[in-house]
Amino acid sequence: MLELDAMVKHFPFRDSLGRARGAVRAVDGVSLAVPKGSVLAIVGESGCGKSTLGRLALRLIEPDSGSLRFDGEDILALKPAALRSKRREMQLIFQDPFASLDPRMTVEAAITEPLILHKLHRGRQRARVAELLERVGLRPELARRWPHEFSGGQRQRIAIARALASEPRLIIGDEPVSALDVSVQAQVVNLLGDLIRDLGLTFVLISHDLGVVRQIADRVAVMYLGQIVEEAPAEKLFRNPRHPYTRALLAAVPGQGGALKLLEGDIPSPIAPPAGCRFHTRCPYAEAICREVPPPLVQAQEAAGQIHLAACHFQDTLPPATPIREAAADARLARLQSFFIPNREPTA
Amino acid sequence: MNALDVDRLSIQFHTDRGVLQAVDRVSFSVAAGRTLAIVGESGCGKSATALAILGLLADNAEVLGGIRLAGAPLTPEAQRSARGRELAMIFQEPMTSLNPAFTVGEQVAEALRLHEGLSPRDAMARAIAMLERVRIPDAARRAKQYAHQLSGGMRQRVMIAIALACKPKLLIADEPTTALDVTVQAQILALLDELKRETGTAVVLITHDLGVVQDHADDVVVMYAGRVAEKASAAKLFAMPQHPYTIGLLGAAPRLDSKRARLASIEGTVPDLRNPPPGCRFAPRCPFAIAACEITPPLVELAPGHFAACIRAPLDVVLAA
Ligand SMILES: Nc1ncnc2c1ncn2[C@@H]1O[C@H](COP(=O)(O)OP(=O)(O)OP(=O)(O)O)[C@@H](O)[C@H]1O
Ligand code: SF4
Ligand SMILES: [Mg+2]
Repeated sequence: MLELDAMVKHFPFRDSLGRARGAVRAVDGVSLAVPKGSVLAIVGESGCGKSTLGRLALRLIEPDSGSLRFDGEDILALKPAALRSKRREMQLIFQDPFASLDPRMTVEAAITEPLILHKLHRGRQRARVAELLERVGLRPELARRWPHEFSGGQRQRIAIARALASEPRLIIGDEPVSALDVSVQAQVVNLLGDLIRDLGLTFVLISHDLGVVRQIADRVAVMYLGQIVEEAPAEKLFRNPRHPYTRALLAAVPGQGGALKLLEGDIPSPIAPPAGCRFHTRCPYAEAICREVPPPLVQAQEAAGQIHLAACHFQDTLPPATPIREAAADARLARLQSFFIPNREPTA
Repeated sequence: MNALDVDRLSIQFHTDRGVLQAVDRVSFSVAAGRTLAIVGESGCGKSATALAILGLLADNAEVLGGIRLAGAPLTPEAQRSARGRELAMIFQEPMTSLNPAFTVGEQVAEALRLHEGLSPRDAMARAIAMLERVRIPDAARRAKQYAHQLSGGMRQRVMIAIALACKPKLLIADEPTTALDVTVQAQILALLDELKRETGTAVVLITHDLGVVQDHADDVVVMYAGRVAEKASAAKLFAMPQHPYTIGLLGAAPRLDSKRARLASIEGTVPDLRNPPPGCRFAPRCPFAIAACEITPPLVELAPGHFAACIRAPLDVVLAA
């Protein structure tokens, strides 16, 4: 179980004379819990603070305030050496499959590195590398090759194998499939789904792609300007979004007819976020209170038995959300597509 | 008459490591007031096709085939004089197309001056009106700013204002929203649709996103490894996709309305265009491939206006078997 409580991280910036000029309020009071073996997605647009939150969750950067626990242990209290050995259990996968591998290391060296670092599988590291490569769908013979010999999708598989090498219990994927073409993205999404299930991983998926989130996540947290505006089980969030921003985000996803209500304007700067509800400058439902009072993140009345939080003053009185457009059932297409699904079962 | 006709366009790049056949006999037409989408994955030749129409390919490119703008052949000279006039473009990263040394208002005004011979003063007044038209809030103030002072979405609006200042017959938009956030992408695409309806400009919209195609295109060309895999109206393509590649792509995209048990995955990767596989270039990844696919399949009209380059199409025959 991963728990973040009231996490804050501001990045101060100075002018050319070195005077403090303000701060980017990247993460501004975020609390989250990710139960063991589940997948939490953090979604939002650029600059909302999702990558910073991911780094905070692994203590790759230090928070200004807040607490971080993993399986009950206070991670912020760990001394550097203890933190280093804890990292064995907590790994990160990045977006850019071209930057995340050292071009001067063969695949084998890249995957062996964490084994050496954490003194794992001594005497059978080569065999372990072969197992890991097979696990991510690559032939073990490829171990001797160099990163530049691989395509983007293959490199991302190698990066995943490297992350798995130390047998982590928690993985944070920061846009792990965003740089890939859709056909390759589908391969890696399927792979991640298999690994999460088979290895019982706790996974935090940071993504701006709501389709990918739908495919992998159990729960979803939506961020806007450094704060969570809604958090719910994936099914509920997609079916019954309560926050106006979540609704706008879903409506903006292409492929739904293009005629849905669009948000006006750009995202405000995280240096000086709007007072009150940070979304009020773009919200079609904003009233006077929204410009003054920040709405608390509270449990929705109707979500009996499930945790569904939203931060909107009017969440109980908003008109019902426009449903996501359902794709028409197409038996012909489903049968044809089944040819592209390995170990397919007849769908007819 | 069509705004654009592309007839058996082929593009080869001469490189140190050999000749790369980036585009192979691609044909399509776009009528005034319509949007044709070119869709496909990285490296399939979408941008090369766009740059060939604009006459902006690199020096190592060799182009064959015919391109006509409103019926008139687009020779290199014709391209030079048409660019920024009848022929406009917007690209993925507006920052690289805007001049950092001039305000955005000056850049829109410059386009208007060139096109309509306005006085500098009138041109600036019209430029501000154009910026309002592409919904830049507080346009008079924004006109005095430089590109780096604007958000990505706002820069793309400026690019659209510049493109439309000249009332082009054809607008080529190469991944115009790929670098933008989804809520801003939706605004920009809606704006392009609206301006197209008002001005009757023909649009070639290049994208890798089938959702964007579905919402904004009238006609579609699906490209794979430099060739047309399938070509149809958007309505037909989504109702009755015929080419295995199109079918795989549709199944690989995750859906919002429900979680799929598994995404369709097109195994392997796109071929190296210096050394493409013989015959159908999709064959190494195609679950429908048979021996006959070693011969290049012709682009066949399966239904009126619906073309596919697959020896096994219509695939309904495969399903029935
Ligand atoms: N100047 C050049 N010299 C050599 N090869 C080139 C050149 N320009 C493009 N290519 C190659 O031509 C092929 C088609 O490229 P193109 O840029 O048209 O792809 P695209 O479909 O636009 O891809 P993307 O989705 O990544 O933008 C690619 O293999 C590319 O590497
Ligand atoms: S021609 Fe053959 S290999 Fe090519 S798409 Fe059709 S079935 Fe597949
Ligand atoms: Mg391109």
